[in-house]
Amino acid sequence: MQWTVTENTALTASVFRMTLTGDTRAITKPGQFVQVQVPGFYLRRPLSVFDWQSAENGSVTLVYKAIGLGTEALARVAAGSRLDVLAGLGNGFNLEDPHAAKQAQKPLLIGGGIGVPPLYGLCKRLLAQGKTPTAILGFNTASDIILRDAFEALAVPTLLSTADGSQGVKGFVTDAAALAGPFDYVYTCGPEPMLKAVYELCASRGVSGQFSFEERMACGFGACMGCSCRTKYGSKRICKDGPVLVWEEIVW
Amino acid sequence: MVDTSVTLSGIRLDNPVIPASGTFGFGQEFKDFYDINLLGTFSFKGTTREGRFGNETPRIAECTAGMLNAVGLQNPGVDHVICHELPELAKFFHKPVMANVNGFSVEEYAEVAQKLDREPQVGWLEINVSCPNVHGGGMAFGTNPNNAAAVTSAVKAVARKPVYIKLSPNVTDIVAIAKACEDAGADGLSLINTLLGMRISLRTRKPVLANAMGGFSGPAIFPIALQMVYQVAKAVKIPVIGMGGVASAEDVIEMMLAGATAVQVGAQNLVNPYACKEIIEALPQAMEKYRIQTLTDIIGGAWK
Repeated sequence: MQWTVTENTALTASVFRMTLTGDTRAITKPGQFVQVQVPGFYLRRPLSVFDWQSAENGSVTLVYKAIGLGTEALARVAAGSRLDVLAGLGNGFNLEDPHAAKQAQKPLLIGGGIGVPPLYGLCKRLLAQGKTPTAILGFNTASDIILRDAFEALAVPTLLSTADGSQGVKGFVTDAAALAGPFDYVYTCGPEPMLKAVYELCASRGVSGQFSFEERMACGFGACMGCSCRTKYGSKRICKDGPVLVWEEIVW
Repeated sequence: MVDTSVTLSGIRLDNPVIPASGTFGFGQEFKDFYDINLLGTFSFKGTTREGRFGNETPRIAECTAGMLNAVGLQNPGVDHVICHELPELAKFFHKPVMANVNGFSVEEYAEVAQKLDREPQVGWLEINVSCPNVHGGGMAFGTNPNNAAAVTSAVKAVARKPVYIKLSPNVTDIVAIAKACEDAGADGLSLINTLLGMRISLRTRKPVLANAMGGFSGPAIFPIALQMVYQVAKAVKIPVIGMGGVASAEDVIEMMLAGATAVQVGAQNLVNPYACKEIIEALPQAMEKYRIQTLTDIIGGAWK
């Protein structure tokens, strides 16, 4: 699929927001990802979807971190460029299944660093279902903070944490969660140590949740077995059977 | 009308394009992208006696014009393949398939080969004596002519279907190993498997792959593969399936000029799921451009 870049803007020193237009109908759920072919690089780059409008002439916004040569090159792509993209990859967050997700009224959304973006598209869809989500966004330091305005514009209670205390709650997302009101389900995306802490939080509060994982991958559509992980129900491919796993199946 | 068909040990293929083992699963992931019946055939995921999780992650690293993988033969085991994967495959793929057989002992190779040999949809057995990512198996059998011959003989003793031995490039003399397999009764050879390679992260100062090293594939290795196919195909009388970095119809033609009877496409499927479809569709035009009427006419054409 060829998409056209309409915007590629720096949000922080290393995080960029890219908007593309094209046929976006393959994207059906928040938490799915796209594989972008960066000119000059062999493997595609898997990037989460911040938000999208699904249509033959639709649009997609990606918020990504320039973390290596490929994403650094992506950050230099100019508006008007065409990029080859595979879209609608992965299972995404499921708002209907399992039953606990469907029933939950006050979900807690916990994002860490570059794990924050996919929670925005999720948050909008939870609001559209009449749910009352709360967001916790965790970063290392104040200059890393992204997308706070976006969540606040949705009129969603939004708590911030920074590891160095330069803004918001000093500490981790779990420290901020202690200050949040009651919640009955968790959706989370972020670095693995954070996901593990959130997993323990869920256990202590007796709530379930959906956890979006990251792994180095080649194809992104289930063929190469590069991103396999162990679960309680056998091995799964992060790209195809994930990236979202439910609390009940996760093995650390 | 040009003729793209080739024949591999008596079985006719509509075209020489074959997705390589480990890049195409059991076909399932690609049937949503295109009708895979347009392929010559494909070689399914390397199968062992017992199911395997494979190596720890990260298993993938990028290189200039290529990639490393250290998957480590993750597969559900031969019995599961026979009970679940092949019945599923038969629903949407209606051609003979190539069964990729792996093992950690001569006995295991023979046992897995014997089971897959009985499956009606299996047209050929491809015996992988060249996986670089497992310890005590795989490549250990393919880097020594005697071991490669022992696996070949053991499989030939139990198989009725054509047996292709998949060779490793990580050797000093691939021709000697190819000849040992031919002498032991192999019906054909496929080469090359991946080259051993490595990347180190500048951030962590550690190898990118959890396994430290992995198999290098992609367009970067095409000239190496081509040279090995050229040498081996010239030296043996059995057919050779050429592979390694093939990414276009022109690459397919070049491989066949080097002596390949058919051509596998590996890593390119992972960056472009439509790669084989696009290669097959581009092949007739590329043949016309280079004035090739019948593709089989050019096999080994570069030898003279």
